[in-house]
Amino acid sequence: MFVARSIAADHRDLIHDVSFDFHGRRMATCSSDQSVKVWDKSENGDWHCTASWKTHSGSVWRVTWAHPEFGQVLASCSFDRTAVVWEEIVGESNDKLRGQSHWVKRTTLVDSRTSVTDVKFAPKHMGLMLATCSADGVVRIYEAPDVMNLSQWSLQHEISCKLSCSCISWNPSSSRAHSPMIAVGSDDNSPNILAKVQIYEYNENTRKYAKAETLMTVTDPVHDIAFAPNLGRSFHILAVATKDVRIFTLKPVRKELTSSGGLTKFEIQIVAQFDNHNSQVWRVSWNITGTVLASSGDDGCVRLWKANYMDNWKCTGILKGNGSPVNGSSQQGMFNASLGSANTSLQNSLNGSAAGRKQS
Amino acid sequence: MDELDVEPPLTLIPGVDSNRKQMCFAWGPGEMLVYETLFPKECAEKRPGCPNIFIVRKDQDVYSQTLRKLFNESHGIFVGLQRSEEELAGKSRKAQLVRVSKNYRSVIRACMEEMHQLAISTRDPELQCQHSTQVSILSAMELIWNLCEILFVEVAPAGHLLLHLLDWVRLHVCEVDSMVREVLSSENPSKHKDFWNAVDSFVLQGRMDDARHLLSKEASANPTSMGMCKILDDLMKKMPILSIGNTQTLTEMELKWQHWHEECQRYLQDGTFASNFHMESICKILLGDENAILEKKELMTTWYHFLVTRLVYSHPTVKPVELRFYAQSSLDLFLGGESSPEPLDSILMAAFEFEIHQVIKECSIALSNWWFVAHLTDLLDHCKLLQSHNLYFGSNMREFLLLEYASGLFSHHSLWQLGVDYFDHCPEYGKVYLELHIERIPLNTEQKALKVLRICEQRQMHEQVRSICKIMAMKAVRNNRLGSALSWSIRAKDAAFATLISDRFLKDYCERGSFSDLDLIDNLGPSMLLSDRLTFLGKYREFHRLYGEKWFSEAAKLLLMLMTARIAPCSFWMTLLTDALPLLEQKEVIFSAEQTYELMRCLEDLTAGKTDNQKLQVDDVETTKVEILRLALARNLARAIVKEGTLEGS
Repeated sequence: MFVARSIAADHRDLIHDVSFDFHGRRMATCSSDQSVKVWDKSENGDWHCTASWKTHSGSVWRVTWAHPEFGQVLASCSFDRTAVVWEEIVGESNDKLRGQSHWVKRTTLVDSRTSVTDVKFAPKHMGLMLATCSADGVVRIYEAPDVMNLSQWSLQHEISCKLSCSCISWNPSSSRAHSPMIAVGSDDNSPNILAKVQIYEYNENTRKYAKAETLMTVTDPVHDIAFAPNLGRSFHILAVATKDVRIFTLKPVRKELTSSGGLTKFEIQIVAQFDNHNSQVWRVSWNITGTVLASSGDDGCVRLWKANYMDNWKCTGILKGNGSPVNGSSQQGMFNASLGSANTSLQNSLNGSAAGRKQS
Repeated sequence: MDELDVEPPLTLIPGVDSNRKQMCFAWGPGEMLVYETLFPKECAEKRPGCPNIFIVRKDQDVYSQTLRKLFNESHGIFVGLQRSEEELAGKSRKAQLVRVSKNYRSVIRACMEEMHQLAISTRDPELQCQHSTQVSILSAMELIWNLCEILFVEVAPAGHLLLHLLDWVRLHVCEVDSMVREVLSSENPSKHKDFWNAVDSFVLQGRMDDARHLLSKEASANPTSMGMCKILDDLMKKMPILSIGNTQTLTEMELKWQHWHEECQRYLQDGTFASNFHMESICKILLGDENAILEKKELMTTWYHFLVTRLVYSHPTVKPVELRFYAQSSLDLFLGGESSPEPLDSILMAAFEFEIHQVIKECSIALSNWWFVAHLTDLLDHCKLLQSHNLYFGSNMREFLLLEYASGLFSHHSLWQLGVDYFDHCPEYGKVYLELHIERIPLNTEQKALKVLRICEQRQMHEQVRSICKIMAMKAVRNNRLGSALSWSIRAKDAAFATLISDRFLKDYCERGSFSDLDLIDNLGPSMLLSDRLTFLGKYREFHRLYGEKWFSEAAKLLLMLMTARIAPCSFWMTLLTDALPLLEQKEVIFSAEQTYELMRCLEDLTAGKTDNQKLQVDDVETTKVEILRLALARNLARAIVKEGTLEGS
């Protein structure tokens, strides 16, 4: 990997989240300075900040894009106990010339009594829906029935997880064989043995979300959780960021006919566990095909994990800060950090043979 | 197959201090964002740090101008191979596969040549370094591919095998010819310091005629050694070689070779060349003396040259299965325990050992992008050389590598189109990978969106078609381009959205009194039936057209039908009735009595439908409108009755 560009983010405080839009041509950043910034990529690859505005009265923890089928929509969540939905308004022509756009607040979701720690839009086939989770241990699922009117959102489900929640992940599978599913992670630090990952599944009969599984082996605080994109598999893959990186597979076994009807039972297996980050792992996230998992941890590194064609997971790359201060000159610098160590070794061996091996 | 433990490559992010802070990231379709942050977020204090966000990418090669040609041309070869005649069997199939292999190699060479030109023409030292590096890597790739072609695709048998290997060495190793040119262009070639080096190099590469030519220079310049030269020349001339097309059998060849070998031996033992160190050394080489050959290490430069030279002079009828032993010992002897094998050496060794999977694995590790292993593996798969494993990612190694390669292409704004064809030829996961990648392609322009759509439609990817059309429709609505939005909705077969946009059109009409995008609405055709509201929009526009062209009775009929057939939404009836006014006020009677009764019924339905509350809230304008309508309808009724009661003519 190589660093292609650097962008001066210009936030006045720590950045907590950045998010690419669906096509990778826009990005949103959020910070403890209570603002969100939106950046657009121009034709020649430069990034420009096209909007920057105060979104909350506390640190903004996460920012996320809705699917472009719903237009240009963002959601943010904050320490100020709210989650907000924003929509971009196509500006006046002179705004366009100045390269600015406007984002308006469509709705504020105020049901939480504590810091809202995560907000995620549901897969697009479920309509315009999002879930939030809070330190008060409640996951809330909201829906906007009319996609042309984003000021109307209704609280559809409230899931009480009993533990302070830190992260949620929707199962992206749109297969009709799978009911909507959401995984919730808890970073509760109290010394009880409750499992820190819960998986809720939507039950068609009761029209409610019910707990389908808990991952009993995860007992340390969980900081992030991510379902992998489904490549037409019959089973699910879930990555968990806790005191190490863990990857689980969940294979639906059979639909048990209990009184609540139709809950799926899963066979859970752990397929990989990595403690290279030395201590806590704070983020995990999959690439768009679900073939590479990235994680970041206490060791200050970002690591990439990939399964080879024999289905063994290995670390295939590390990103690490080099510690040298940046000379804040050009905003859009082009870097070419390394051609990759493996690359040069092949070149060396060929050069070595052409030039004649030097005997020591 | 044991795993190779390789250290994962490290990429440094400038300005971030990993000892004091953490880094976080976000995935995009083609690249990653990386930034500095602090966890846990709650205890974050304000600390000065790196203010930048970094864009990190993987497939750097995709962005190289010269390599792009490689990708484009190899794509053509790849697709041709997939579509080639599988029915051809035996020799003709093999010949076809060899041709494909040679095509790939010529594409690599062309790219190498271009890169080389760039390297020597640029003034920027960093760029020059980059280009030179690329040339080396391409050269290594061609070297490996060529060997694989000889061993795996051509499957050269004993005899021919050595000929191919000789060609291979001659092509890839040493700059013999430049040295020779220098020697020949000098005043006294045989006195040139490199003269004997040149002769030796020719001998080492089995180029007997060239060696003899040089030797004749020595003979003419130095009469005292003419005798020896003649003998040596003779030996070289008589050396038995198997040429392609020669009808000798191997046994015949071996016999001849044995005799020749013995003759060389006699001359050496007689001390014929004792007075000339160089010629004696050549004679020893001809006899396959390992030490003598090894002494010319600097000229051979590589262990595989050494291997081939050894074989030429000690075992020319070597069988493929015997190669591995000679290869290993050649490598050991050449390195002499003073240096260790490098990645390229391991790859070539794996090839000599016929460990195809090992070759591919080591190439995957050594090379930075998937181009080489993907195409080579695909070719070897067509040669039916790869065992199939049942796998998690991709149904086998071939598919796994093709998926990796094609995925990399999708991060490029135009190369993604090549990727589509690669996915098409991955039976297990190609379709789903294509679905995931193609929906991420930024739809900057209409043309691009249409291009992507065509690809999806050709492959019956209905969900992606719908989604792309929806995204484009949404973008158009936001920018108030209703016509564009409508045509995208129609293409998506999205009835709900079409209704929405039709409503917007109608609302616009009510506010401004005219339609936008008339062309579109006038030419809806059968797609009008997508949604009721759209049908109404189309028909309503038709009413206006008829009225404009003064086809009053047709217009009247249509207007009435829109209400009675319930095509028009109730909310619009008032507007329609108001549109009827001018028709009612015309000099001639347009609405018949029957039609007028219908209109009156409609008006009453409309007003009766309101609740008492609403009646109280109705403003003056509304009430006046209703009154005017009632009056106009009554008047028209009267005239219609009179007209219909009157006999036409007499």
